Amino acid sequence: MIRYVLRRILAALPVAFIAITLCFIVLRLAPGGPFDGERPLPPAVLQNVLAHYNLDKPIWEQYWLYVTGVLQGDLGPSMTSYDFSVSQLLAIGLPFTLMLGFTAFVLATTIGIIAGIIAAVNQNKWPDYALVFFVMIGVIVPNFLIAALLQLWVGVYLGWLPAGGWPGFSIAHLILPVIVLSWPHAARISRLMRGSMIEILGTNYVRTAKSKGIGERLVLARHAIKPAMLPVVSYLGPGLSYLLTGSLVVEQVFGLPGIGRYFINAALNRDYGLVLGTTIFYVVLILILNLLVDIVYAWIDPKVRYR
Amino acid sequence: MKFKHVLAGGVLAGLMATAMASTASAETLNIFNGGEPASIDPHRVSGDWENRIVGDYLEGLMTEDIHAEPILGQAADYTVSDDGLVYTFTIRDDAVWSDGEPVKAQDFEYAFKRLLDPEMAADYAYLQYPIKNAEAVNAGEMEIDELGINVIDDKTIEFTLEQPTPYFLDALTHYTAYPVPMHLVEELGDEWIRPENIVSNGAYTIVEWIPNSYIRSEKSETYYDAENVDIEEVYYYAMDDISAAFQRYRAGDFHILTDFPTDQYQLLQDQYPGQAHVDPFLGVYYYVINHNMEELADPNVRQAMSMAINRDVIGPNILGTGELPAYGWVPPGTANYDFEEYRPDWADLEYGERVAQAVALMEEAGYSADNPLNLQLRYNTNENHQRIAVAIAAMWEPLHINIELFNSEVAVHYDALQNNDFDGIGRAGWLMDYNDPINMLELLRSDIIYNYGRYNNAEFDELLRESATILDMDERAEILRQAEEIAMSETAAFPIYYYVSKNVVSPEVEGFEANAKDIHRTRWLSMSED
Repeated sequence: MIRYVLRRILAALPVAFIAITLCFIVLRLAPGGPFDGERPLPPAVLQNVLAHYNLDKPIWEQYWLYVTGVLQGDLGPSMTSYDFSVSQLLAIGLPFTLMLGFTAFVLATTIGIIAGIIAAVNQNKWPDYALVFFVMIGVIVPNFLIAALLQLWVGVYLGWLPAGGWPGFSIAHLILPVIVLSWPHAARISRLMRGSMIEILGTNYVRTAKSKGIGERLVLARHAIKPAMLPVVSYLGPGLSYLLTGSLVVEQVFGLPGIGRYFINAALNRDYGLVLGTTIFYVVLILILNLLVDIVYAWIDPKVRYR
Repeated sequence: MKFKHVLAGGVLAGLMATAMASTASAETLNIFNGGEPASIDPHRVSGDWENRIVGDYLEGLMTEDIHAEPILGQAADYTVSDDGLVYTFTIRDDAVWSDGEPVKAQDFEYAFKRLLDPEMAADYAYLQYPIKNAEAVNAGEMEIDELGINVIDDKTIEFTLEQPTPYFLDALTHYTAYPVPMHLVEELGDEWIRPENIVSNGAYTIVEWIPNSYIRSEKSETYYDAENVDIEEVYYYAMDDISAAFQRYRAGDFHILTDFPTDQYQLLQDQYPGQAHVDPFLGVYYYVINHNMEELADPNVRQAMSMAINRDVIGPNILGTGELPAYGWVPPGTANYDFEEYRPDWADLEYGERVAQAVALMEEAGYSADNPLNLQLRYNTNENHQRIAVAIAAMWEPLHINIELFNSEVAVHYDALQNNDFDGIGRAGWLMDYNDPINMLELLRSDIIYNYGRYNNAEFDELLRESATILDMDERAEILRQAEEIAMSETAAFPIYYYVSKNVVSPEVEGFEANAKDIHRTRWLSMSED
């Protein structure tokens, strides 16, 4: 097991390296630079700015300086947030993004699995149709629209919950963002769980268990749920990655201080350091999550072995 | 789950929200402040959203009153030499930093030298170029000690200017002229700006900064006018989504929105009467003309294109907030320029007649349905820019002009404009840095980098140079007016509309006065008891 994990980590390093390199190249190929704007800087001042950020050096040297810096734990300066380094920005935003992402993940997984089981057991009855409706909304309606509608109805018209903001830890401020973020994932998980469960409920060993007179709930708990979870578990890794990386819209609409907002703003403003920093963070996170999912998958399905 | 559980959950959430809302005292002001500040260091900031924060915690020798007019700030008084070249300021005895250290002339000298140090690379250092040798120092061509600033004693500082500059007092209200606490900056370097270290000499002190969320300031008890400052605490919220910010205003989260979605203007007027403030603002939205293109070298073609732009429909109908049509280059309300805004003769013609004359001019220049003029219209990605571009392209169609619309993100757009790399027309805008016509007119000077279209007229340049040597303000204004008339009669660019500021202000807030700079320092605001 330990050898397996070590081998996977070693295999992940080139992937991370390639991702960073590609990101570095693509950023430099994009037209416009971090200091192009409505009001150009005087040439002498611009020269000093470029020198400050090593942008006056050849590309290969910039790349080398960046990579050696990263290996020493220095993600460099931000070119749009002068008062913070990239590491400081990530350190401030990361706890919030993780909290939002994991809360949404737990909620989406719990609701998705339970709804999927209920729909499968009640196939072609009203709970099943209700699930289809729930899935349709979650998958079809874009989350920025759901966010705006919830903000308007629950936050403005009804006044039940805050319409946004983050005044420090506050469950009330977390409820709407978590609902918006988790809904599409809960919908997908429930659909996966429903399909898998229907398949398992039709297998011989489940029918045999039922024929022995074991109660339906016990059959479900002992024989059906665990194997039916396999496709769900496969989805959880990418699903959690999507939740953590896809919180951008939610953070924008609700004005939340996570790092999702950095990514697109930094890319638009050509903040090379911040884009690369957030890319590194997401690449590492996705690699770790995929590894965890593989381990859990092997634990659930004994046919899978650590190789 | 039973319905009563759902109900209980809703009630609990409602109570929590109410409890949190009630923690904000009557003296707390919540401002939706636009984007995340790049910095709160006065020598690193460049946006109006940063100015709102920095101008509340730092104050220059001069500051703004409730109408954004320059008044004495940290200075108790000043004198100007007869030739208009030397300004001497005496600093208030009760001007102190929030850690109790006195504000000294040396703090100002240190700040100006820091601003103009090329290593600092301050975006807006050029605003202080009226000071003798400032430009050369900033370009690294002269030693910093040769800057025209002289500390006479701890409370007296003298500025020598390159030439008489009527807007110099106004320039001293800008954040580039704010002092920094020398004792702290020398000790802590860039770390002086951290909320745990920072000190202020303004009405407020920064106490908290959550990036991408908010900055919180508290009233400074060491400020010389603290007894007249009403609001105890200010939250400056950073959000990119204006629509979401608008919903939060409706939910009661904000007292002031510094911008709002234009498509909500009618709703605001209907449901929140008197809360939307759309006021003239010192700036012009315009289209750059690439004068290096042969097709646009003919002034008749440029004039025809300008005549065909129906500016009257853009503010009220396309933008929906009633921006004033612009035919001139200097916005109405500009200081030191007591003229009606420039209007060409044809502006008063009925629009159909204007188009007919424009078509005739184009045909005279050789353009017809069989031989159309093909141009590109570049704009940066933005819904309003797109709507205006589509409308104006349609207005030019009868003139036998085929427009290719080309949009790009802002960095790419301005990169192209600065390099004169566009095939026809480009969108631009200018918000004035200081209240003087020269700040607008200089955009068309042949040797300035902001002259994206490369308009080049020696007489225009000479008038601008001449204006800089004249002490008589009326005479200077006449010369600048001549320059504006030359540029506009030649259609150096297409002014489209004069900008407006767009604020939404809760009835709880008092003291918010419309002004052309859209500067509303929190020290002048108060909250009603209701």
